[in-house]
Amino acid sequence: MKQFFAFIRKEFFHVFRDKRTLLIMFGLPVAQIVLFGFALTSEVKDITLTVIDQSHDVNSQQLVSKIKSSSYFVVTEAAPGFNDIAGAFKNGTAKCALIFPANFGSDLQHHGRAPLQIITDGSDPNTAKTVVNYLTAITTAYQQEINPGKPLPYLIIPEPRMLYNEEGNGSLNFIPGVMALVLMIVCTALTSVSVVREKELGTMEILLVSPFQPLMVLIAKAIPYLILSLLNFILILVLAVFVLNVGIKGSIVLLFLESMLFIITCLSFGLMISNTTNSQQTALLLSMMGMMIPTMIFTGFMFPLENMPGVFQVIANVVPSRWYFLIIKAVMLKGLGFKYIWKETLVLLGMTLLLLAIALKNFKTRLS
Amino acid sequence: MNTVVLDHITKHYDQERVLAVNDVSLQVRAGELFGLIGPDGAGKTSLFRILTTLLLPDKGQASVLGYDCVRDYRQIRNKIGYMPGKFSLYQDLTVKENLDFFATLFGSSIGENYTLIKDIYEQIKPFNNRRAGKLSGGMKQKLALCCALIHKPEVLFLDEPTTGVDVVSRKEFWQMLKNLKQQGITILVSTPYMDEAVLCEKIALIQGGNILSVDTPDGIRSKFPVPLYAIRSDNTYQLLTALRKEPGVDSSYAFGESIHITLNEQQTNMAAIQQSMVAKGHTQLSMEQIQPGIEDSFIRLMNQA
Repeated sequence: MKQFFAFIRKEFFHVFRDKRTLLIMFGLPVAQIVLFGFALTSEVKDITLTVIDQSHDVNSQQLVSKIKSSSYFVVTEAAPGFNDIAGAFKNGTAKCALIFPANFGSDLQHHGRAPLQIITDGSDPNTAKTVVNYLTAITTAYQQEINPGKPLPYLIIPEPRMLYNEEGNGSLNFIPGVMALVLMIVCTALTSVSVVREKELGTMEILLVSPFQPLMVLIAKAIPYLILSLLNFILILVLAVFVLNVGIKGSIVLLFLESMLFIITCLSFGLMISNTTNSQQTALLLSMMGMMIPTMIFTGFMFPLENMPGVFQVIANVVPSRWYFLIIKAVMLKGLGFKYIWKETLVLLGMTLLLLAIALKNFKTRLS
Repeated sequence: MNTVVLDHITKHYDQERVLAVNDVSLQVRAGELFGLIGPDGAGKTSLFRILTTLLLPDKGQASVLGYDCVRDYRQIRNKIGYMPGKFSLYQDLTVKENLDFFATLFGSSIGENYTLIKDIYEQIKPFNNRRAGKLSGGMKQKLALCCALIHKPEVLFLDEPTTGVDVVSRKEFWQMLKNLKQQGITILVSTPYMDEAVLCEKIALIQGGNILSVDTPDGIRSKFPVPLYAIRSDNTYQLLTALRKEPGVDSSYAFGESIHITLNEQQTNMAAIQQSMVAKGHTQLSMEQIQPGIEDSFIRLMNQA
């Protein structure tokens, strides 16, 4: 047991004396949270809008001032003609254009209907659709405002609600994703590299030629990273709650235990890689290719799994982070208890046992 | 009693393509300081790794302290000390931390066997708080030796401990080994330096995976079958070229400033060779019969093999 603690202490020395490891371990979560929280947001704000107003009447000006007052648009009115729209789109001064035909107001008042053209930059289809939705909503609102006494004969008013995330906070979706990603990198990559480093430096030779059980080498290697990963998990949680205002609805204990299970899954994967490679570079590459990219793609926090072709949905099932993502979303955002996530937990547990079994089976008590 | 036994050991690498050790048999007696002498790639490290249970031999049997190297590897690992050829301590840990770690790992402590490492450790103690990676080559080797000794092993395996170490440190290192031998530890050491062979009690010359000869250093030198001569002139290179063409010369090779030669016994004598060289215009010739060294024996055995 004394040997075991000496080993763990030594492992901590390695981590704390290597600035790069420290940076990856604690810089990465902070960077990811900041990036996803503030930079990579899918909300559309400050859309540049150019207006060609050929009617110059009360109605058109009222509508434009409505649009101006919303926080979504920045209006540049002075577009003189149609040809300038293309130019504005090309040099990026406008993302969309609004064209009022001549007699917009009088048509509206006398015929009861008037056309209004919206032109958007289709090279970015997501933004374009959002812009059209915003403008339609503003126009509809204005329409009701000028017809207060005359309600349409039949009117259906949808009242959407976003459950679990009423204010549409985009952070809610990616926090579980970032957690999966960071834990995976720290656990898998750093663990596999730390075992392989002993092989590369030759220290494994001495460790093997010692009474210390080779298997204990692996376990003693995994424990410091388990502890550090749990610290990391807490760091991400704190950042999520206090910086990005993501509330934790479910049990923190359950969240902690489930995360621990996922960390052990990743550690097992890391140990499996370390048993089959002999250089730090290979180990790093394998853990990155083997975990990072599938995690990004198949976890479901960047691209919805439901829209993928069947083959990819099947592949996604073998990616551990996919299940962890479901668990975390359920516990953290929906506040669900264990009875709703036992299936996912079981899948993770099964994966962990399988990976551990492979890792242990491949462990060599000798060189090569 | 034999502490280390190798019995017809053969080892290949790379799916039988590279032969590293070829049918090697050796015995090392208890308390012996045994040297494995051979150039790079001779198979020394492979033998060490088989004995330290790190590699499995393809054929043959090996045992250390009576334990089989394959079957009883656990017991062997409890009782031996091993210092690999490559510096294999933690570069980012300090001298003290390394020593502490290895002592604990082997279920011992620095205090417990301090007498054993005292002489060596005293020399690196001033650098206790320096990281192992920042030590000089000689210091590193001393620290590695301390770490291999800290648990008082019964057999010590040192794989090229003096490679890359300066002459003074090498001398010190061998003195330490002699002191350790006096404590009853069996020591197996490998080296590519022929001049270190005489410092061992018994040596095995190894080349290309084959053992050429096993004996005491004196025994090996006395087995040199023919007289050996050293020739010098003011132009060593031309002299060597001429000697190689001389029919009476059996072997000739440069050795420092002189050339060592042996003769085809029946027909020639040294006087004839000297006359022939003078006739060919070599000046300032001097020649004498010398005692063969380990290197002479090695070269002769190597050429025969």
